[in-house]
Amino acid sequence: MSNGFEIRWHGRGGQGAKTAALLLADVAFKTGKYVQGFPEYGPERMGAPITAYNRISDQPIRVHSNIYTPSLVAVVDETLLHSVDVTDGLKKEGAIIVNTAKDPEEIRPMLNGYEGKIYTIDARKISVEALGRYFPNSPMLAAVVAVGKIMERKAFLSEMRNSYQHKFAKKPEVIDGNMMALELTYDALKDVI
Amino acid sequence: MARKDRMSGNEAVAYAIRQINPDVMPAFPITPSTEIPQMVSTYIANGDIDTEFIPVESEHSAMSAAIGSEAAGARTLTATSSAGLAYMWEELLLAASNRMPIALALVNRTLSGPININCDHSDGMGARDTGWIQIYAENNQEAYDNFIQAYPIAEHAGVHLPIMICQDGFITSHAVENIELLEDEDVKGFVGEYEPEEFLLNPGNPIAVGPYSVTNYVMEAKKNQALALEGSKEVILKVAEEFEKVSGRKYGLFEEYRTEDADYIMLIMGSAAGTAKQAVDDLREKGKKVGVVKLRVFRPFPADELADALKNAKAVAIMDRTESYNGNGGPLGSEVTAGLYRNKIMLETVNYIYGLGGRDFTVQEVYDIFAQLEDFIENGNKPEQYQYIGLRK
Repeated sequence: MSNGFEIRWHGRGGQGAKTAALLLADVAFKTGKYVQGFPEYGPERMGAPITAYNRISDQPIRVHSNIYTPSLVAVVDETLLHSVDVTDGLKKEGAIIVNTAKDPEEIRPMLNGYEGKIYTIDARKISVEALGRYFPNSPMLAAVVAVGKIMERKAFLSEMRNSYQHKFAKKPEVIDGNMMALELTYDALKDVI
Repeated sequence: MARKDRMSGNEAVAYAIRQINPDVMPAFPITPSTEIPQMVSTYIANGDIDTEFIPVESEHSAMSAAIGSEAAGARTLTATSSAGLAYMWEELLLAASNRMPIALALVNRTLSGPININCDHSDGMGARDTGWIQIYAENNQEAYDNFIQAYPIAEHAGVHLPIMICQDGFITSHAVENIELLEDEDVKGFVGEYEPEEFLLNPGNPIAVGPYSVTNYVMEAKKNQALALEGSKEVILKVAEEFEKVSGRKYGLFEEYRTEDADYIMLIMGSAAGTAKQAVDDLREKGKKVGVVKLRVFRPFPADELADALKNAKAVAIMDRTESYNGNGGPLGSEVTAGLYRNKIMLETVNYIYGLGGRDFTVQEVYDIFAQLEDFIENGNKPEQYQYIGLRK
């Protein structure tokens, strides 16, 4: 069974995990791939755990079920590690990205014996530095694109500028900050990927 | 020239509405269909289309306003889900019996209770006997294509019936996927201008709409309506043929996927059909003779055509995404088996209820169902003929 490259996002309502998944679908589409980006809705409230998914493939994607054996997992909120089995079904040759100030080896004991690659990114620090506020989704998006090798850095950044100009047409003042958040994420990961 | 893009199912339907530029849209928001009137309102506010948007106070009023506007001679549409469609119930019957070719974008969501916002087909199936044409989509592309075909079917002089274009709530409505869009002028050319033969705002030819009928004429009115629905089958196929010339994409009453030599067939509607096709490809690689029939047109129901398509199978899994509370099976299960019986085709069927309230339906479950059918035929292990799949263990 081949559904292409499968990514699962774990976040909390209001943190933008769903938006990040939809932006990732946009970005991957621009590389000529077939894409899916979709949320799984539970109770619609701020702070509730939510899941979102991406499939990226060279072939048309027909499956419309959730993702159970992802190649990549993105955890937008570190506190979810206590309550959600984020590595469930995650392929050993895959990877997990966690938004945390901790090192990967500090996170590993919290991942139910997961043996694959672990990347950490301090999205709070990056977001506050770039935007002055905490919006973890731009750094997490950049981390997924970088770790998943979905697009080259330069092409990704130029694509995202277009995307933000459209998305933030009514508040252009946040575009540069979000672009900076993407760049800072790449810089933070450059030695580990 | 087609344009490759990516968008959600709701965006795709709103995009089709922009290209059609209908006259009137009364609507009341309800998850997961809310984005459709929201996006159409934006198109109107930006001056892209001159559709008259009527913000009504309920779905009952939305359908009432749609009937009034359509009766006046205006091309009209609305969008809703779940309880919204249930609240339209009385008006749905009026729209159909008064032969109003209204288009309704239905984003399928379960009916309460328990209250839940996710997909199943209980809303659409609840309205299955209201006299509307119902067409279901597998993905955003089909939701878009079906919507473009809606008015040429509904407004056809021999049909004149309302039409529901259905897609699965969240699973396709909120999923961003690739899509091929037609050019605006191709859509406008295909859909054409609405020129009703008779309408209220026509001083030269006054008519009455919805008057009381004495008993002497009620049955004739109903029979005429039933004939029109039956006749719409041919129009649906003709419109699909024309649509293929514009789009290159082929549509019928249903799609037969790898069924030519199939011993076991799954009959299914909506987004889960894609999941079933993937599973069929996997099983075919292992030498299993399996296939999928994806039902596109639920009303009018192609009973004889389906019987013919299924007749060479040893067993068929009939998949219902709703519970009928009749103790006998889901709507699709009951209607397909009735059609098989009438055609004297005595093959084995198992009616599965799946995916209620957004319960995920997986490739593994399709494998399991085909394995159960095979075990039934090969080893005589007769399964429950009407059963749930995907229940918590």
